[in-house]
Amino acid sequence: MRGDVRKPSHDYLVGFLCMLACIVIAPWVLYPLFLMRVLCYAIFVMAFNLLAGYSGLVSFGHAAFFGMGAYAAAWSAKNLGISAEVAVAIGGLAGAALGVVIGWLSIRRTGIYFAMITLALAQLVYFFCVQVPFTHGENGIQQVPRLKLFGAIPLNGSMAMYWFTAGVFILCFLAVHRIIHSPFGKVLQAIRENEPRATSLGHRTKTYKLIAFVLSALFSGVAGGLLALVFGFATLESVRYTTSGEVVLMALVGGFGTVFGPLTGSLVLSAMENYLASFGSWVTVAEGAIFIAAVLAFRRGIIGEVMAKLKVSL
Amino acid sequence: MMISRRSLIGSAALAATLPRAAARAAAPGIKLGVLTDMSGTYSAETGKGSLTCTQQAVSEFMAAHPGFAVEVISADHQNKPDVGATLARQWFDRDGVDVIVDVPTSSVALAVNTVVKEKNKVFLVSGAATPDLTGKQCSPNTLHWTYDTYMLGRSTGEAMVKSGGDTWYFITADYVFGHDLQDSTTLFIKQGGGKVLGASAYPFPATTDFSSYLVRAKASGAKVIGLANAGTDTQNCVKQAHEFDIVSGQTRLAALLMVITDVHALTLQASHGLVLTESFYWDLNDRTRAFTKRVLAKMPNGFYPNMIQAGCYSATLHYLKAAAAMGAAAAKASGAAVVERMKKMPVEDDVFGATTIRDDGRHLVPAYLFQVKTPAESKGPWDYYTLVATTSGAEAAPPVASEHCALIKS
Repeated sequence: MRGDVRKPSHDYLVGFLCMLACIVIAPWVLYPLFLMRVLCYAIFVMAFNLLAGYSGLVSFGHAAFFGMGAYAAAWSAKNLGISAEVAVAIGGLAGAALGVVIGWLSIRRTGIYFAMITLALAQLVYFFCVQVPFTHGENGIQQVPRLKLFGAIPLNGSMAMYWFTAGVFILCFLAVHRIIHSPFGKVLQAIRENEPRATSLGHRTKTYKLIAFVLSALFSGVAGGLLALVFGFATLESVRYTTSGEVVLMALVGGFGTVFGPLTGSLVLSAMENYLASFGSWVTVAEGAIFIAAVLAFRRGIIGEVMAKLKVSL
Repeated sequence: MMISRRSLIGSAALAATLPRAAARAAAPGIKLGVLTDMSGTYSAETGKGSLTCTQQAVSEFMAAHPGFAVEVISADHQNKPDVGATLARQWFDRDGVDVIVDVPTSSVALAVNTVVKEKNKVFLVSGAATPDLTGKQCSPNTLHWTYDTYMLGRSTGEAMVKSGGDTWYFITADYVFGHDLQDSTTLFIKQGGGKVLGASAYPFPATTDFSSYLVRAKASGAKVIGLANAGTDTQNCVKQAHEFDIVSGQTRLAALLMVITDVHALTLQASHGLVLTESFYWDLNDRTRAFTKRVLAKMPNGFYPNMIQAGCYSATLHYLKAAAAMGAAAAKASGAAVVERMKKMPVEDDVFGATTIRDDGRHLVPAYLFQVKTPAESKGPWDYYTLVATTSGAEAAPPVASEHCALIKS
């Protein structure tokens, strides 16, 4: 029965090319700014998924890294006179730095305790952002310039910014894909499945978990920084606990532990927020209904169900 | 030149769409977008009521100008700046919206402010309170119509001191808006010769139990307890102050940002004696009563309009008058030009009477200090306020700061 066994890399390649084609065609069909939001959140969900889907650590405080990345990128873009990619990198570094601190404290526990510790520490970060002067409280850092790519290519046009965003997304996508399929990623999955066994095989599971946590925080920071440049502001909304909840919902709808789930989840939820906005209060009702449907009817998420149907690995 | 069959089909398809585009260009209509909070904290004070009042202005205007096409759309920004900014850009780029109205929540309003300026459209702010909209972040495309924290602080602070409330204690939401309110009020308390005895800043959001702050405020012996917060927080403070019997004898409660919708939710039983500032009250004079009568049947839940919602009506009506004077095509072409025109034209409507607009975009409306009636004093539905004092429009607006706003030529 050799015909049934397909090399997973083949499925990934087909999926990746389809995704690439969609990203290239999309701005002519859909609104670029909306797509940029989808891509930024997709990076964020990928970061979350790296930790939750592949290491089994479900964090409820990811908004802290996302928001810190946004604030750091926005502040440095406004005050330091740097180029766009540097600002995004600063966002990532800010997320990672915070990730070291929060991760070091929280990976000592698992399950609900881990979730609660991350939530508590993220709330700490939230109130920090409410208080410190550089974030401008609830008004946020406004009028952030989009800067120039490599100090030369202006990103003011929505298409230029779109390609930049898409570029960062694809880089992050490939990086996450590489991490998941590296020996390091395999160890993470082993820890998720059975931590004592991974320890007995001689892996320092704590170090692995901390590295995974910091990597996840890094990509979250990149997503936040990118979003700050796209929209030209960083506000408290990005550090609020609802943002942490939203990323969980996106990951759930897209499919935990899948490579293409994050983009799908981000697309579905962002589309609802955006296109249902004229229905007013029904947006939150619809989001709730989708959440219930996802939990009851397709627990593996959209991509997870597709994978099961087509018997492919995506 | 070679013409392939494919390119021929393509250009034919393109040509087929041309007449439609031309037809659309022939009758340019004005399109207004009400961007507001339909489901969150401020939805009762703004939300569908803001939309209704905007539609009221449009239908009254269209009755007088039958040849003028105006359309109103609306959306919920969910109090998220990124959702608000995306919707604003999308409205401008794709849906041909010319004006954005209302926008409560300062962070969303400031984000939209930037987009509107970039796209050269018009922004009529009624719901947001930050004075930055006519200060540091002022824009030739933005008009701040109804109120700001400066107005609230001055009206409540100054008038209370004059009427004997010269010692204050603040209960302040610990974020920029709360401190803005406290600072601007403190300024006028001190100017009037009053004293601030103390202040308690509480964590925002997530505080629901205000009893310890209220008791501390009462113990300070201050004659006025100033609530520097908004929305549900203010409602909770007022409710708990009533339960703890804080408002008695000498002590009075001043809500620095509260509208009639909140008073209605609290009931007179819990809120009587409370002092607050609004720039509009339905029972102020014949004209405000006439406006309220016209719009009331359409208002959600039969609620009477508050200052924010009535402000949406007033701003929209004035915009449409300016747009009609310029012609729809010219009005669509440049938002800054319409705003310039609006600043030059005298403002006249039933909501605020005759008013003017300052160069930095601040609409000068008088601020009224009201005291909430007791259940016995109230004679009918929504008969809630007694007028205590009036601050003129010029005094209620922050001083013109040329160093902050580039629109002011010094």
